[in-house]
Amino acid sequence: MKEFAYRRVTEIRDALAAGHGGARYLGGGTNLVDLMKCGVETPTQLVDVRFLPLGEIRETPDGGLAIGATTTNSDLAAHPEVRRRYPALSQAVLAGASGQLRNMATVGGNLMQRTRCAYFADPSQACNKRDPGSGCAAIRGAHHNHAVLGWSPSCVATHASDMAVALAAFDAVVRYETLDGGAEIPLERFYPPVGDTPERETELPAGALITEVVLPGSAVAPRSRYRKVRERASYAFATVSVAAHLEVSRGTVRSVRIALGGVASRPWRARAAESFLLDGPATADRFRAAAETELAAAAPLPGNGYKVPLARNLIAAVLADLAEPY
Amino acid sequence: MSMAVHVGAVGVARPRIEGRAKVTGAARYAADEPIPDLAYGALVLATVARGRVRDIDVASVRDMPGVLGVIDHTNAPRLNPEAGNFFGPDGGLRLLQDDLIPHAGRPIALVVAETPEQARAAAQALPVTYDEQPHDTRLFAGHPAGRPALTLFDAPADIGDVDAELAASAVVVDERYGTPEENCSAMEPHSATAWWEGDRLEAVDSNQGPFQIAFTLATLFHLPPERVRVRVDHIGGGFGGKTMCGPQLILAAMAATRFGRPVRVTLTRAEVFLATAQRPATDQRIRIGADADGRLRAIHHDATYEISPLAEYIEGCTELTKTLYAAPAIRTALTVVPLDILPPYSMRAPGAAPGSFALESAMDELAERVGLDPLELRLRNEPGVGPVSGLPFSSRNLVACLREGARRFGWASRDHRPRMRRAGPLLIGTGLAATSFSTGAFPSTATITAEPDGTFTVAIAAADLGTGARTALTAIAADALAVGTDRIRLRISDSAIGPAWGAGGSRGTASWAWAITEAAAKIRGPERPMTATVDTTQLLGDLASRERHAFSAVFAEVGVDPATGEVRVRRLLGMFAVGRVINPLMARSQVIGGMIGGLSMALHEEGVRDPVTGRHVNADFAGYHIAAHADVPDIEADFVPDDEPGVPWGIKGVGEIGNVGTAAAIANAVWHATGVRQRHLPIRLDRVLES
Ligand SMILES: Cc1cc2nc3c(=O)[nH]c(=O)nc-3n(C[C@H](O)[C@H](O)[C@H](O)COP(=O)(O)OP(=O)(O)OC[C@H]3O[C@@H](n4cnc5c(N)ncnc54)[C@H](O)[C@@H]3O)c2cc1C
Ligand code: SF4
Repeated sequence: MKEFAYRRVTEIRDALAAGHGGARYLGGGTNLVDLMKCGVETPTQLVDVRFLPLGEIRETPDGGLAIGATTTNSDLAAHPEVRRRYPALSQAVLAGASGQLRNMATVGGNLMQRTRCAYFADPSQACNKRDPGSGCAAIRGAHHNHAVLGWSPSCVATHASDMAVALAAFDAVVRYETLDGGAEIPLERFYPPVGDTPERETELPAGALITEVVLPGSAVAPRSRYRKVRERASYAFATVSVAAHLEVSRGTVRSVRIALGGVASRPWRARAAESFLLDGPATADRFRAAAETELAAAAPLPGNGYKVPLARNLIAAVLADLAEPY
Repeated sequence: MSMAVHVGAVGVARPRIEGRAKVTGAARYAADEPIPDLAYGALVLATVARGRVRDIDVASVRDMPGVLGVIDHTNAPRLNPEAGNFFGPDGGLRLLQDDLIPHAGRPIALVVAETPEQARAAAQALPVTYDEQPHDTRLFAGHPAGRPALTLFDAPADIGDVDAELAASAVVVDERYGTPEENCSAMEPHSATAWWEGDRLEAVDSNQGPFQIAFTLATLFHLPPERVRVRVDHIGGGFGGKTMCGPQLILAAMAATRFGRPVRVTLTRAEVFLATAQRPATDQRIRIGADADGRLRAIHHDATYEISPLAEYIEGCTELTKTLYAAPAIRTALTVVPLDILPPYSMRAPGAAPGSFALESAMDELAERVGLDPLELRLRNEPGVGPVSGLPFSSRNLVACLREGARRFGWASRDHRPRMRRAGPLLIGTGLAATSFSTGAFPSTATITAEPDGTFTVAIAAADLGTGARTALTAIAADALAVGTDRIRLRISDSAIGPAWGAGGSRGTASWAWAITEAAAKIRGPERPMTATVDTTQLLGDLASRERHAFSAVFAEVGVDPATGEVRVRRLLGMFAVGRVINPLMARSQVIGGMIGGLSMALHEEGVRDPVTGRHVNADFAGYHIAAHADVPDIEADFVPDDEPGVPWGIKGVGEIGNVGTAAAIANAVWHATGVRQRHLPIRLDRVLES
């Protein structure tokens, strides 16, 4: 590990003033510090943001919630209003990592976490995301858990966050500050397409500090679910996950939102499946056909083809669950 | 000597002696020993699977903060090529002797610095270039490089006429079963600290057998054994991965020699995976023939596994095939394929774990095809004597394990047809496996001294991996001397105590207890010496020839979601016949740990290699899965009455039997749930998913 400076800030403007050049914001450090140890991240300074006044969850005028960027994953998942109004979000966070990690991890850090592609974390391997132009070892290598949607020949990695999948389904918005002022980006556009710049992972300007994530008010979000399929019962990243909500009235789909995790470089909002279902009958066949419509665009590699039927089955199962009267 | 009225300690459930020290953090592990003037070494591992080191640019890191120097093949002390392990000379030990790279992850340099961080920083920065050569890391039966394995144990067998019996069989199962590379994955990474005291090389290491490892280290460094002393402290698990003289110790000793001060080398998690020991991948073919009533006519078990050209190794997959069932014809063979891989070494129930997966899966397939209860199939083929050797069993209580396990598990109500039970979206199934694990003892030396204060110092170079050896040996010594445990001062973990077998092969407790018991008999004998030393070599030689095995029956219930392929174990029950149980509390936790290891083997553990580079890509605990708490269901484990005649205390050893059988029981339960056979481990969800 390279030597680095550490600085704790309590004011946003101090954070922004320090967060430039070789500096990195430090949340819980559960991802950043690991990557520093293996030499993938080599910041000159860590700007610890956990003492900024960004640790609250507050009501917004439209009946939504604004979640401060340094809120821990544990506090987010346990918050009574999050559990009541956005259950899939709480479920998604609890499905991630372990209790110890969630106690440390922050909302901002969770959104910004890097991929778990093993080649990315090993500086002796070719990886366009870590070292642009060096190639992608995963495409011809071990890619059992890599993307089937929206990848490019430059990079086939997935985004690992569970939380972000639920946020995508709820149309969340990411707010940030820069030295030039604040702005916001809808989560669905927060992670750009891979293209030939896999190293560019978010639309945040350089040095931007995420301050909060805003969940719009929603009458239907309380009827939502997150289901994560993984190789062991806990403490494993998703192979495929689904966050969804569904409102059915007299057998007809009145509102539906579906986002997939583990299949792409970003949380994958299943817009094609949603429009297929909207105002149509809420039947098992339709759920499956909707999933197939979405996955028609899937392009699996030789080693991860199972993710396509898995995603289809999972979408159909979660929607069927949500369609049951309650 | 006063011999007060004595209440026996053997057979009594007692918590670990060191339990409090462990939970309060007072217990020290190898990397915790405070040693003055310590320097630290960090490894550099080869990143190609085969080739030569072209250049190591030492000059570019020499001036980094704290760096004392770099050891590589150009300046390392010369090691003795005769040094080896249980299986003979071991090229895996000859680190930094030449520029050849036999496998990815081979240590090629050690950077030594004032702090661990400085050493690591320089090791990461050290530029290395390679001349790569084509490699081969893919095992399969029929590989052109295959040849017979060493026959030190689990030698090939061929009794009866297998082909004729198969031809005459009403039902034949002929299938291939595969298991992947797995890593011992002990919680505590290997660590060693070495230094010179005058002309004696001293080391504190994390290993499973200080005496043997001191001996190997002495051989490697051309030293007489009495000039090398290796101690161990508390050990955070071994699972076989600490039975050999590890790279941490060899490199620490080199660095202490070169830099003239104590040097500590602690492996990173990735280094534990890439540079210590692994279970070889196996590709096994089993043919079983039976009459229509399920009586076996022939078993043919051909197991192929990988080794490294650097060292011999036996993965005794066919041991159970020669033990479990009566059949007029049995043929077994082990084939090794030398590949460009880390030399495999004994991991958790070596041979028996992958071998029993194959054999007990095949038996289940036979039960299905014959249309017989898998339990009844086993009972029907119970042998009277060793099926291949013809020798009597010292004791054999497999039937008791099967019957009692079946009763507790509720096996009688099972519908043997697959895919009959559901719970919501889940398919439910149950399965069982019978198992054995060979037992015995190895020569060991113990010394007991009667102290003036009425206590006894009991010294033996044993190692406690965390299983409770200290507690068990204290109880044995107390009973052997007919005193209370409070009067026993146990000294273990030090090669200077004298020759002793290590904690391995399920033979630690039996070997050590034997020596302690004999030494105690001398102390209590007519001459009443103040001190007595006993070496059991002769006694062991006199032991009658018998089939000696621990036995067990494992029952599993699984829930399978066919839409996602997820398999979760709902219930696990093991009944064990392990001779006399020294401490029921610790024995139970040991076999339960073994069963969890078997569950991990069934569902999770797999070393994944890049198909292009041949390098492991999941050398960490996020990528290499071991069962988490949430994967571990209700586990019940218990013991049937058992004994081992001729062995003091009737000990058989509980080290590995817990592990064997669980993988097959789970795989059989997955078949029962889904109707689909799983012949390759781990049973990953993509292998189960129904589309
Ligand atoms: C063993 C393990 C298992 C895991 N399993 C899962 C899992 O199953 N599912 C899952 O979703 N996640 C999982 N994780 C990942 C975990 O969720 C992330 O590590 C965590 O959320 C990161 O949060 P942090 O606060 O610790 O981020 P840090 O490690 O502190 O930072 C991560 C990145 O975010 C940047 N950053 C932090 N705060 C801000 C901010 N306010 N504005 C801008 N940039 C910021 C940092 O500069 C850094 O680049 C796992 C992690 C580990 C180690
Ligand atoms: S998939 Fe992406 S992150 Fe992984 S090796 Fe390829 S470029 Fe790197």
